[in-house]
Amino acid sequence: MLTSEEIEKIEHEISLVPVRKAACVEALKVVQQHRGWVSDDTLKAVAEFMEMSTAELDSVATFYNLIYRQPVGRHVILICDSVSCWVMGYENVREVLSDKLGIQYGQTTPDGKFTMLPNVCLGCCDHAPALMIDNDLYHDITPEKLDEILAKYA
Amino acid sequence: METPLTQHIVANRPPLSLKEYEQVGGYQSVRKVLKQMTPAEVTELVKASNLKGRGGAGFSTGMKWSFVPMDVPGPKYLICNADEMEPGTFKDRLLLEGNPHQLIEGMIVAAYAIQANVSYVFLRWAYKLAAHEITKAIQEAYDAGYLGKNILGTGFNLDMHLHTGVGRYICGEETALINALQGKRANPRAKPPFPQVSGLYGKPTIVNNVETLSCLPHIVNNGAEWFKGLSKSEDSGTKLYGVSGKVKRPGTWELPMGITVRELLEEYAGGMKDDVQFRGLLPGGASTDFLVEEHLDLKMDYPSITKAGSRMGTGTMIVLDDKTCPVGFVLNLQHFFAQESCGFCTPCRDGLPWVEKILLAMERGEGKPEHMNILEFHTQFLGPGNTFCALAPGAMEPLQSALKYFRADFERHITEHKCPWK
Repeated sequence: MLTSEEIEKIEHEISLVPVRKAACVEALKVVQQHRGWVSDDTLKAVAEFMEMSTAELDSVATFYNLIYRQPVGRHVILICDSVSCWVMGYENVREVLSDKLGIQYGQTTPDGKFTMLPNVCLGCCDHAPALMIDNDLYHDITPEKLDEILAKYA
Repeated sequence: METPLTQHIVANRPPLSLKEYEQVGGYQSVRKVLKQMTPAEVTELVKASNLKGRGGAGFSTGMKWSFVPMDVPGPKYLICNADEMEPGTFKDRLLLEGNPHQLIEGMIVAAYAIQANVSYVFLRWAYKLAAHEITKAIQEAYDAGYLGKNILGTGFNLDMHLHTGVGRYICGEETALINALQGKRANPRAKPPFPQVSGLYGKPTIVNNVETLSCLPHIVNNGAEWFKGLSKSEDSGTKLYGVSGKVKRPGTWELPMGITVRELLEEYAGGMKDDVQFRGLLPGGASTDFLVEEHLDLKMDYPSITKAGSRMGTGTMIVLDDKTCPVGFVLNLQHFFAQESCGFCTPCRDGLPWVEKILLAMERGEGKPEHMNILEFHTQFLGPGNTFCALAPGAMEPLQSALKYFRADFERHITEHKCPWK
């Protein structure tokens, strides 16, 4: 189930820790990077490889906000919904974005391009409101800036 | 005014490379401690400097180190807590992105003091630029012989690894962070035993904040008295303060410890924006009690803010203005804490969503008079001593102080059957 490339990367992570299991989060990150999300079958395969029970690995996987146990689009938009961004009016940005894309939190656009999720404080409070798309941070967001930002993603 | 921690950080310019950092005196403290000092002397120096942990708790760093049993065989670990996820906090980002070598240098000093041979930087996933800079800096430090085996020919070994988390606030709690590093659910552990005695893989472990560790090279180079002299208060050193909310110039500044709340708010952050008035602020992140007008001349240091019934926390304040609903503000905070509760202990797991639900009802005009008592009850029931870790008590701090200072606003929501700000 796991590709040789995934196995190689996971083996490397295992080599850095004294206990095999300690690399399980890294292993989940590796497969998510390759597949976009972690399906039940993928989870089973990783658990077997990590010598953990599926239940134990799933308890770890579901604990974290950014291991996706459901499919996501090609790009994930994470909107900071914490207090400084709230004071600075992120809700307006979210509503406009939601209208533009035709999706709510947790949904993916029909073309599979964007998934929109809420996220806790991005540590960018002096330039609120902030959001991230994949690895890119955007701050001082106003609804007018959204088209230009979205256009960068294919 | 001296700004040791940020003096080499220039906006929109990459951080100093190892060579550039060495040219401005970088890594001198590593030479000094490894070649001229015993581990005990380093710990004593840091104790004497009165450096307190900058992650929020404000515990003496030297004291924390001194709890590590030095005569126990087997590995010891040093962990840098770079999981900055306290809402309203963005100070460690500056140090991580702006001067990663300073952090690595501080980590080598700390690791030597406790004789740890393996160290980790536990970085939050969102700090992509920081991850890039730290990865590069760690490699440079290995190449230059500051990390690895037999550092500077002294026989001291230290490995350093970057671990990037996958997003959960509770990972900032040091025992939860240790569980996360071991590949477990990041539930906090019972204390005692404290991590200093039994931490990562059951071995003695020190977890220190980014800003704390970044202070160490300067303390080693310039001495404890110099570090104390940087401050305007009984707490030593400088502090990275921050302000966010509707102020004219939100930002982060390195300032002498003990500057007043008013100076920070009015001089550095430029005061409130023209169309709003000040109502209150959380002095150090989401889990601290509100301060109001009467507190503005207090010093921003650990004892002064504690005396006022709050905590300095991370030193990055979030400002509430008169055009923003205090109930909505607290609702946002409680939503955060309810979501980020690890779910291990019942008061936190069940209590926080209840609090959130009540505040949401108030915001929708469905608040009932008895809700005030239920909220009051929770501030006690989820308070210190009743939960497994500090998450729920932290969540109750802004709520209990909001009920004290903005009580009339809560009551208006109930009597007017709507949010007066909507």
